[in-house]
Amino acid sequence: MKYLGEYRDAELVGQLMEKIKNTVTRPWVIMEICGGQTHSLVKNGILDLLPPEITMVHGPGCPVCVTPVAMIDQAVLLLEKGVTICSFGDMLRVPGSEKSLLKAKSEGGDVRIVYSPLDAIKMARKAPEKEFVFFAVGFETTAPANALSVIQADKLGLNNYSILTSHVLVPPAMGAILDDPENKVQGFLAAGHVCTIMGTEEYNPLVNKYKIPVVITGFEPVDLCHGILMTITQLEKGEARLENQYSRVVKPFGNPAARKVVQSVFETGDREWRGIGTIPMSGYIVRPGFAQFDAERKYGLAPARSKENPECIAGDILRGIRKPDQCPHFGKKCNPENPLGAPMVSTEGACAAYFNYSHQTMAS
Amino acid sequence: MNKLINSFSCPIPAFDFEVISLGHGSGGLLTNKLLDKSIFSLFDNDMLNSRHDGAVFDLAGPLAFSTDSFVVSPIFFPGGNIGDLAVNGTVNDLAMCGAVPKYLSLGLILEEGLKIEELWTVLVSAKEAANKAGVQIVTGDTKVVERNKGDKVFINTSGIGQVHPKARIDIQRVSTGDKIVVSGSLANHGVSVLSVREGLEFETDIISDTQPINNIVYRMLNTFGQHIHLTRDPTRGGIATVLNEIAQQSGQGIALNEKDIPIELQVQSACELLGLDPLYVANEGVYISFVAAEIADSYVEALRQCPGAKKAACIGEVVTEHPGQVIINSRIGGRRVIAMLPGEQLPRIC
Repeated sequence: MKYLGEYRDAELVGQLMEKIKNTVTRPWVIMEICGGQTHSLVKNGILDLLPPEITMVHGPGCPVCVTPVAMIDQAVLLLEKGVTICSFGDMLRVPGSEKSLLKAKSEGGDVRIVYSPLDAIKMARKAPEKEFVFFAVGFETTAPANALSVIQADKLGLNNYSILTSHVLVPPAMGAILDDPENKVQGFLAAGHVCTIMGTEEYNPLVNKYKIPVVITGFEPVDLCHGILMTITQLEKGEARLENQYSRVVKPFGNPAARKVVQSVFETGDREWRGIGTIPMSGYIVRPGFAQFDAERKYGLAPARSKENPECIAGDILRGIRKPDQCPHFGKKCNPENPLGAPMVSTEGACAAYFNYSHQTMAS
Repeated sequence: MNKLINSFSCPIPAFDFEVISLGHGSGGLLTNKLLDKSIFSLFDNDMLNSRHDGAVFDLAGPLAFSTDSFVVSPIFFPGGNIGDLAVNGTVNDLAMCGAVPKYLSLGLILEEGLKIEELWTVLVSAKEAANKAGVQIVTGDTKVVERNKGDKVFINTSGIGQVHPKARIDIQRVSTGDKIVVSGSLANHGVSVLSVREGLEFETDIISDTQPINNIVYRMLNTFGQHIHLTRDPTRGGIATVLNEIAQQSGQGIALNEKDIPIELQVQSACELLGLDPLYVANEGVYISFVAAEIADSYVEALRQCPGAKKAACIGEVVTEHPGQVIINSRIGGRRVIAMLPGEQLPRIC
């Protein structure tokens, strides 16, 4: 693939792996933030190629995994009221307190899979007699398109469109992980695409406060191996700096136009993270000026308490305290068909990555 | 749509109605009017024209018999429609049994309100596919369901064929060292259908690979006979699902090489964008063969000479390690399991 093939080059990966082996002298724990990175590491077999000194733990950057159960319950409630829910595909199988969106769909709920909230806008314009809610989840990456849909709906005077928001932000989560007394993480591969929007600057306070290397990293095998090499090079030298491995895509100032759109629709506020709990100022909330496009306000949804399956250790996995295969239920009671928690169902979930690509290999 | 309809050479006859109504499934005058001008005039053959409750024919055994139902949405997609898909599907299933397909049935479930020109287009495509495959549609059935009880057209086809005298296709014959060959590039059908599905539309010139493969399989059986141990067509669930079924049923391990798997660049790109793994995406015009190692090279070479199989490639082999599992060697030298999916692949968030 043009401009991608180069980053999947076996020879280049081999050379980087050699350098990693020559650099590392003692054990290090590195967390990749983004679920896309987790899947690439596992899917390409990189974890097996790394020297035993390096332990990769998998971060909270899976939007579906951290969306609170209560939000899924709200979406199910809206479906039962006859509202059409438009959602990204991988949200559908995630278990709520009682049921997933997929289950609610099979019971008659109108759930539509879309790739962009702007498609949901199109649907709302086509069927003015129906109510449409877009399930706006995700990190800084999906926020601009979701904000744009609200601006668009406002311009068009659409009164049958709103968004159910569960937007979260990466840096506060990294802070929460590092503040945790059980924390093991010594270096971060920061999520490349989040930084495409936000730029690099907001990671400096974390680097300075916690004295920890942060390397903004891409998603292809060469990117990941390069990011790991940059991180352990810092660790071995006792340095803690912000570096940008993904400079072909991430600019220091990010995408100011996208940020402007986000800031016009959303303000920062406290957010609950599934499995982790509420982190102060860690997410986006629709500004009062756009209240009519905020599904929670529009339908008067009462704040619901999340009811989590007590057997699921997703919180530990998302904070890098435990790995998926250290869960007693992994691959047994919990599998993609009958998941106990979200990381087993999302395409970006760490448990799903381990289950789909590696657990059986290890057993044989 | 109009472009699709106008592209067919068979002009639509003058029907005195524009849409299908419940009466067209009543068995009365309206049904006869519809069938006379569409089914009987298009699929014209002696067995069908007898208008009996079924077709009566002589056919020497051993025989293969298969059935398949088609509910694709939308019914028109780049490169085909539900009509040719329904014929090719059963033709290919018979071919996978090592059989030469002979006769097909065609069962139509129409939704009230379906435009007659859409039905005509579907039927013309079915006819063209039957001609291409060399099969006759000798019996059928037409029912109409109320609006919103169907999705325009559902089709069931069943077919019967004569097993090639040289064919010895049997999962028990899959053995260690067998080479695994695909007859063409993967995932075109699934991606082409997705590209026109509401809410997921994207601009692309990827077209479905739907085609009858019985003629290709026939040529291969003529030349390689019993050295072909197993053939399967990787439709729903793609090659990942079919190979898992084979690994589990045969108790053998399957090892694939990612770099050898033929996937068109734009299909690969679309899958990356949509968050889909092409190994799990449906195909409608390619098949997988397990062949004896000693003939594998000439088998691939012979396939590449056939129209519709130019991209044929050897993608892996049967191994003693990891029995019951499919493992792929990644491009960069890592390994991963290719597992069965619990359900449909769902497009990801970002």
